[in-house]
Amino acid sequence: MKTKTAASPRENRNTAYVAKAKAKRAIISIVRGLLLFGLCFMIIEPMLTRLGVSLMEERDLYDSTIVLLPRHVTLDNFKIVFTLTTFPKSMINTLWTSLLVSVLQVIACTLVGYGFARYDFPLKKFWFGCVVALIIIPPQTISTSLYTYFARFDFLGIVKLFNHGEPINLRGSVLPYTLMSATCMGLKNGLYIYMLRQYFRGIPKSLEEAAYVDGCGTMHTFVRIMLPDAMPTVLSCFLFSFVWQWTDLFYTRNFLATSARPIFSTELSTIVSRMSRYFSGNGTPVIVPVGRQQQLISIGVLICCIPLVILYIFTQRTFVQSIAMSGSKE
Amino acid sequence: MAKKKNARESWSLRESILTFIPGNSVYGTMRSRQARHGVMFILPFIIGFLVFMAKPLIESFIMSFNDVSLVAGGGYSSRFIGLENYKYAFGVDPYFNQRLVEEIPRMVINSLATLVLSFVIAVILNQDFKGRTLARAIFFLPVILSSGVLPGIESQNEFYNMMAGISEEVANASGVNLSAALEDLLSVSGVGGGVFHVLFQMIDAIYDIVMASGIQIIVFLSGLQAISPSLYEAADVEGCTAWEAFWKITFPMVSPLLLVNAIYTIIDFFMKNDNRVMERINELFQRLEFGHVSAMYWIYFAVALAFIGLASVIISRGVHYYED
Repeated sequence: MKTKTAASPRENRNTAYVAKAKAKRAIISIVRGLLLFGLCFMIIEPMLTRLGVSLMEERDLYDSTIVLLPRHVTLDNFKIVFTLTTFPKSMINTLWTSLLVSVLQVIACTLVGYGFARYDFPLKKFWFGCVVALIIIPPQTISTSLYTYFARFDFLGIVKLFNHGEPINLRGSVLPYTLMSATCMGLKNGLYIYMLRQYFRGIPKSLEEAAYVDGCGTMHTFVRIMLPDAMPTVLSCFLFSFVWQWTDLFYTRNFLATSARPIFSTELSTIVSRMSRYFSGNGTPVIVPVGRQQQLISIGVLICCIPLVILYIFTQRTFVQSIAMSGSKE
Repeated sequence: MAKKKNARESWSLRESILTFIPGNSVYGTMRSRQARHGVMFILPFIIGFLVFMAKPLIESFIMSFNDVSLVAGGGYSSRFIGLENYKYAFGVDPYFNQRLVEEIPRMVINSLATLVLSFVIAVILNQDFKGRTLARAIFFLPVILSSGVLPGIESQNEFYNMMAGISEEVANASGVNLSAALEDLLSVSGVGGGVFHVLFQMIDAIYDIVMASGIQIIVFLSGLQAISPSLYEAADVEGCTAWEAFWKITFPMVSPLLLVNAIYTIIDFFMKNDNRVMERINELFQRLEFGHVSAMYWIYFAVALAFIGLASVIISRGVHYYED
């Protein structure tokens, strides 16, 4: 402390103030650290257990003295999982499908959210009620209907006209779900619409009005003026959409996964039965020891999570960057 | 003010039809031009809803008034029975009613706790500190782990259930159930029993609550990111304390997202598969009692909708939109 040597009363008060502020900040960061550590530990503990279990040899599983750290480390389990699933292939399929679906969903939902936030039109309340209904209704409710609907797809008799009077079977093709995504009917899309609508409602109208006065068209204003500011919200919608698509079993099993195009989530859900076939060797399924089952499931869960966490780490950087962009706001 | 009045004006039937037909006096007005732009923006949703959602929804609604049975070779036959399915849900089914009443207070408490916790965590994660990226990544894990196949995959496993059962037994037998012991202690000393009961219920459910708040944290974070730093600078110059800045800037600016999160949280807790009402509905679904299932779904939707309505009415009062 340089000021200590020439201690006028005024500077003394200043050092006291600085010390007080420092102490306050230290206490805050300690409390924050404790809280975060506790909650983080709670979240990550099951993941660490999975990691530990996945590296164990089989005999370690039945050794009651081993809890978390394996005594005999092995990577064989990962090899088994890779042979059980069509791993790299299904991962790439999942990546492309999720990317396509989530990009479509986010684009559609952003447009719809903006429409609801900014414009007044007939039946607006009714349509917004439909958005809320979309959030509430779980996909299971409409699954049977959708299934038969796409198995004999014929919208208002149009398809029959072009296809020799026969409806077409759209199951096992990406098309139905792509169409649903492009029209906001994918998984939890009501939520994204609602989120984006709330976001756009919070932005001052004067920005757009200025653009209109300068002769900017509706679409142009939306893309140039509104979208850049909305990026954090749009990105978080994209993130949710991607993650939910990545792990989704429901739509994937019904519409997306085929034997020619395996998807990771369906493979993960059937990993136990695959395992019993694998260990049997000569065709008769055997019952796999439960510990072993757990081990392989743990690996599956880990593999499923890793790409998503990496994606998140990259996206959250953009969250921080966007502060600079939104500086133009009033 | 004039604008506000304009927005509240409702659309008459004649006006709404003429808006979309060129060549009349209404078509050319600013208002109907704006309306057409609005409809253009939400067109994807309208198409999607009509093509994919409307039919299954109506079908399910009709089913709830019918006695439905599967027939061989696919398809089903139905017979109209009026309100019988609803009478069954309320009067005959031994579990539905009871579980509905039991689950609702629990869900309300958990939803509130989730909202508060996720807001606090989002504010913390928005601050600058060492290891922020790591902490954010960890708080993202619940989003992944509570989605799709992942939550079910381990609870289906016998080994997992066995281990969970054992650890619970050990905890009970050795008497290290800290929260129960504390609750006993406090209730003996006569401190407001009801409040503490609720509090301890929350503490016991903290894992569930944290796992359920992944989405909400990110929604709040994205909202916090969008607040312009210049607002805080101005407040600081004017001598605003951090506490005041929080309530005067942070909270109002994020409040539109509070509504989203409240609705999402309520729905999330309502529609979770480990919810005992949903369990009952799924049970009946497996027994192919489609009529009863549809009726129960619709009752359940109505209850969920009532709560969402209540929450949005309460929260909307506190929500601040930049210009409204």
